[in-house]
Amino acid sequence: MSELHTVNKSPFEKSSFASCMEHVLEGSAVLLYEDGVYAAIKGTAAEGKVKSAQGVKFYALGSDLKARGLSDERVTNGVEIVDYEGFVDLAAEHDKVVAWV
Amino acid sequence: MAEQIKNFLYLNRRAPYGTIYAWESLEVVLIGAAFDQKVSLAFLDDGVFQIVKGQDTAGVEMKNFSPTYSALGDYDVNQLYVEQESLEERGLTIDDLMHLTWEDEDEDWAEKDSIRVVSRAELAKIIEQQDIVFSF
Repeated sequence: MSELHTVNKSPFEKSSFASCMEHVLEGSAVLLYEDGVYAAIKGTAAEGKVKSAQGVKFYALGSDLKARGLSDERVTNGVEIVDYEGFVDLAAEHDKVVAWV
Repeated sequence: MAEQIKNFLYLNRRAPYGTIYAWESLEVVLIGAAFDQKVSLAFLDDGVFQIVKGQDTAGVEMKNFSPTYSALGDYDVNQLYVEQESLEERGLTIDDLMHLTWEDEDEDWAEKDSIRVVSRAELAKIIEQQDIVFSF
């Protein structure tokens, strides 16, 4: 069963991202959106967690990054930027969605 | 009874768009600025994200209220403290923030920086010196 995990809270304020990372399994995907996109930026504690996750794909919603003034260069290597259509595709491609709100 | 001028500090600790706190704070600051009190703002924790430059909310269909921070100087709100440690933890530097300024009437309207980066220890002292602290 492939899972799409979604995180929409800041990793600095809530434990949603940390909890997600402790429960995500190999072969799954993590989509960061709304304040969750702050987990996708370089030079943070979250960057280490993204890089050390084995066999997990990471995505971040582009319009939420732009709203927050975060350019593509700020995004941790390996995190793919998607649009709303990409969000829908990811939800459809995986067997289920696990939301860490 | 003579009117007393008090020191007001607004503590901003939230990121700008995930919740309404940041915008609400800005609204209250602008209202409060009309009352001739000594007002300063502190940006710490996720609050530092409020003044990151280059915000573009067209794709999320929300109002981009970040240009309003540039107007604070016109309301004599020109003491903006930004916590150094909060920036570092978020991979940010002062160069990632908007350039916020004010014009000093006493020095022939010279343009001056409103933002002052302070350490966590310095901010603790700044909080201690206030009469009233509003938290957002």
